[in-house]
Amino acid sequence: MDTAKLEFLRGTLDVLILKALIWGPLHGYAITSLIRRQSDDALLVEEGTLYPALWRLENKGLLEADWGLSENNRKAKFYRLTAGGRRQLRQEVKTWEAYATAVAKVLGATQPPLPEQMA
Amino acid sequence: MSPIPLWRRYDRLLGLDPSADVKDELRFHIESKVDELVGKGWSREDARKEAERQFGNILAVQHVGERIGEHMDRRRRFSDYWADTVRDFRFTLRTLRRDAGFTVIAILILTLAIGANISVFAVVNTLLLRPLPFPDAHQLVRLHRKDLKAGDFSTDAMQSFQQQTKSFQQVTGYFAFSGPDDVKLTGHGQPQPVTGMMVAGNFFPTLGITPVLGRDFTAEETLKNSRPVALLSYPFWKRQYAADASIVGKTIGLDGTQVTVVGVLPDTFDFGAVFAPGTRVDLFTPAILGDMEDWGNTMALVGRLKPGVTLGRAQAEAALIFPKLLMNNKHPENGGKYDATLDGLKDYVSGKLRQSLIVLWCAVGMILLIACVNLSNLLLARAAARAREFAMRTALGAGRTRIVRQLLTESLVLSLSGAVLGLAMAWAVVAWLAHQESIALPLLSSLRIDSASLAWTLLIAVAASLFFGLAPGLRLTSGNLQSVLADNGAGSGQSGRHDRVRSTLAVSEIALACVLLVGAGLLLRSFLHVLDVDLGFEPSRAAAISVSYDDTGGVAKRGVTLQQIIQRIEQIPGVETAGISDELPMSANRTWGIAPKGWDYKKQPFPDTFVYVVTPGYLHAIGMRIVAGRDFTWGDNDKNLGAVIINETVARGMWPGQDAVGKIANVNGSDARVIGVVGDVHETSAETAAGWQMYVSQIAPQPQFGPVGANLVIRTKLPPASLGSAVMTVLREINPQQPANEFKPIQMLVDHASSPRRFFVILVGAFASLGLLLAALGIYGVISYSVTQRTQEIGIRMALGATSSQVQLRIIAKTLRLALIGVFVGAIASFFLSRAIAALLFNTAPTDPVTFAAMVLILGLVALLAGFVPARRASRINPIQALRNN
Repeated sequence: MDTAKLEFLRGTLDVLILKALIWGPLHGYAITSLIRRQSDDALLVEEGTLYPALWRLENKGLLEADWGLSENNRKAKFYRLTAGGRRQLRQEVKTWEAYATAVAKVLGATQPPLPEQMA
Repeated sequence: MSPIPLWRRYDRLLGLDPSADVKDELRFHIESKVDELVGKGWSREDARKEAERQFGNILAVQHVGERIGEHMDRRRRFSDYWADTVRDFRFTLRTLRRDAGFTVIAILILTLAIGANISVFAVVNTLLLRPLPFPDAHQLVRLHRKDLKAGDFSTDAMQSFQQQTKSFQQVTGYFAFSGPDDVKLTGHGQPQPVTGMMVAGNFFPTLGITPVLGRDFTAEETLKNSRPVALLSYPFWKRQYAADASIVGKTIGLDGTQVTVVGVLPDTFDFGAVFAPGTRVDLFTPAILGDMEDWGNTMALVGRLKPGVTLGRAQAEAALIFPKLLMNNKHPENGGKYDATLDGLKDYVSGKLRQSLIVLWCAVGMILLIACVNLSNLLLARAAARAREFAMRTALGAGRTRIVRQLLTESLVLSLSGAVLGLAMAWAVVAWLAHQESIALPLLSSLRIDSASLAWTLLIAVAASLFFGLAPGLRLTSGNLQSVLADNGAGSGQSGRHDRVRSTLAVSEIALACVLLVGAGLLLRSFLHVLDVDLGFEPSRAAAISVSYDDTGGVAKRGVTLQQIIQRIEQIPGVETAGISDELPMSANRTWGIAPKGWDYKKQPFPDTFVYVVTPGYLHAIGMRIVAGRDFTWGDNDKNLGAVIINETVARGMWPGQDAVGKIANVNGSDARVIGVVGDVHETSAETAAGWQMYVSQIAPQPQFGPVGANLVIRTKLPPASLGSAVMTVLREINPQQPANEFKPIQMLVDHASSPRRFFVILVGAFASLGLLLAALGIYGVISYSVTQRTQEIGIRMALGATSSQVQLRIIAKTLRLALIGVFVGAIASFFLSRAIAALLFNTAPTDPVTFAAMVLILGLVALLAGFVPARRASRINPIQALRNN
């Protein structure tokens, strides 16, 4: 896998994490299951990439973390969005949608583009 | 700065550990996964294996987590630190405001000390550290002869050297005898005196100066009979022509000649600042070298070295070339035999001041030291009063570093406030100094507070705050907590120790002040000696004015005109006597050769001899003494044999042990009879010994004896300034073209020559007084504090029968003991340190007993006074009240 592709994936993971937290604070394990369930098991987030992504977002100030008790009474680290995180999410969603539309246009094309007009 | 979330304060208490957090978090994940799998029917063991398999390389993830965690922790610590700093700062402002008296005094002391330091640094930076304001200034070299102030070389010598040198890119020069106000500017009402300077054609290109307007001189304009042209200095262009750019290309009247202005020089170029401290030059004209061959040694030389050529190599080359050069290539018999000393232009300009400036720098540094010791003392006194506050905070868990940090914040705030105010003070001082044209210090006009000065300010402010803040801080936190909390503030061991430290500080202040005072005293005594020097003439009650007259009709007509001027001037009520000389002592001077008639120049040349072309009566008017023979008369105009008056040094040198009067000498290539011998005159300054001097008459028919101007000197019983307008009226009646030159007391020339010394004496004296004041404050503080501390003890003594005078005596004795120790240490230090300024002293031994005694006495008296005030207070203590309090 080349780096360009990695970068793309990482960016995607970040926006998914931010989105997952929009409903309220969650710990890491809950974030993976939320993403998995919401995508009908299509997106499986690997633990090996999830946690570094969480810490990176925390380091950037997009997330804040706090220790609390999980539903099964274990000490767990809960993440929640900061104001900056919310802003970032809105921005990323826009970018992602524009990107998806553009890709869809190209992939859904039924004929080659018209030759460019010379100015 | 957002407030720190509450939890962060507690996680620190639990000992936040980023790597443990990472492990906990990952373990939770695995556990949750296991739970989920177990819920789906897996066995716990298999579920764990499966969960770990799914996770992959858990150690690598853990490693990433630790790295990010550490990074965040560092950042958190920094923001906590910053928040603490802000809190310390706010707290400091509150405490300082509460203790306004202390704050004002501390800031005042720091302002004076730091302000003085910045001002002196600005001077040192301008004169010593910063390069001269020319491109590649390090290549510029001044070529001069030993022991000569102005004119060094003839134009022929200059040109020959330029042709032969391989070390210099260019050699140039300026006419060294252009005195102030030597040119008349005509065309606008009254003729106006301006100062012109003749420079060689390549002068500005050599220095790397290009006109901001118009152009430089062309090669043709430096030739004989060429169209006269001039370049204006920037300030003159602004002042005289209101910065009108259209002046370039127009003509202006200079001494009756129409001169075309070809350009204006840049604002950054100040000729006087570099080459003639304390004078301003208004315009520059090209030196027509072809006309100047017979003028003798009139050029001051400056050269630009080729890149990579060292001063030593150039000096070696000059030593080979100069002895072979002739003064006048057409008249080899006039000799030459030059020697040349090369100095970097920068060294030449400020080298002589180096030592004075370093002394000044040290003095001002000492002031800062005294101020720091003083503040240390004040802070200690405050710390003693606040000991309980800090002990309480320590008891509540504040660490030692935390408290020292708080105290350092306080001292930093104090010293930075002092620095800001000091900067304002220095700015004012520097602005004032830069406009002191009467101080003959080079580069003074370019004095300013630049970025280097600002950096220096910051450096000394921070260093000072560390110096005076750290000691009390450490002192305060090293004490025994319990004893401080239990201390009722009087007579305990803790206060006793504070007392000793504070006494030591006060003693060192006195010692430092003593060193300063002795240094200032020695310099002051030297200055008084300089003022006392017998100059060989009488500057008081004499004044001079540059006279202009029509000198086109030959020597005979000149005689008539000058005689008429002098007679008319002498009729003015109050004028005792008057005379004219082309050059005045302690201004520019030029030299000719003199030797007994028939002397072989080539075998043994005599020193270059300063020459003054004077009228009868001049020697009397300026107050010189005729030792033998007579003055000139209006009848001394023998065409075949001239007349010359020599000074005692020349008489001793040429005819040792004989009567010089009546001997025939060869003066500048013409024979002359010695008609008189006069006392030596200090021609350069009171501090330099008199050289060889001679006088010839303004009306001598010998063409070799021409004057270079006319300065009328009058002697009067009245204050010279009161005669100015009467003299000007007479001069205008004789010559309507007489410009409105300044009527200068001769004393001004003498003061100008001694102005650098005066400048240093005033500054060092001011610093010494400041040091004395600070030391007095220091000793007052210590004694006054100890009186407050011992109120109870004194009360008991008085209750037991001690009289108030006994109490006073005890306190004054304590003061004197401190003062004596300080003076003793200071005197010993001065004894050794004063040798360092021996070279700056004049007729004063570095161990001058009178100075030492006087300074010891002054310090003793000041200390006594500082102790007397608290002593009086102590003697008025009411024993009953003192015992009841506390």
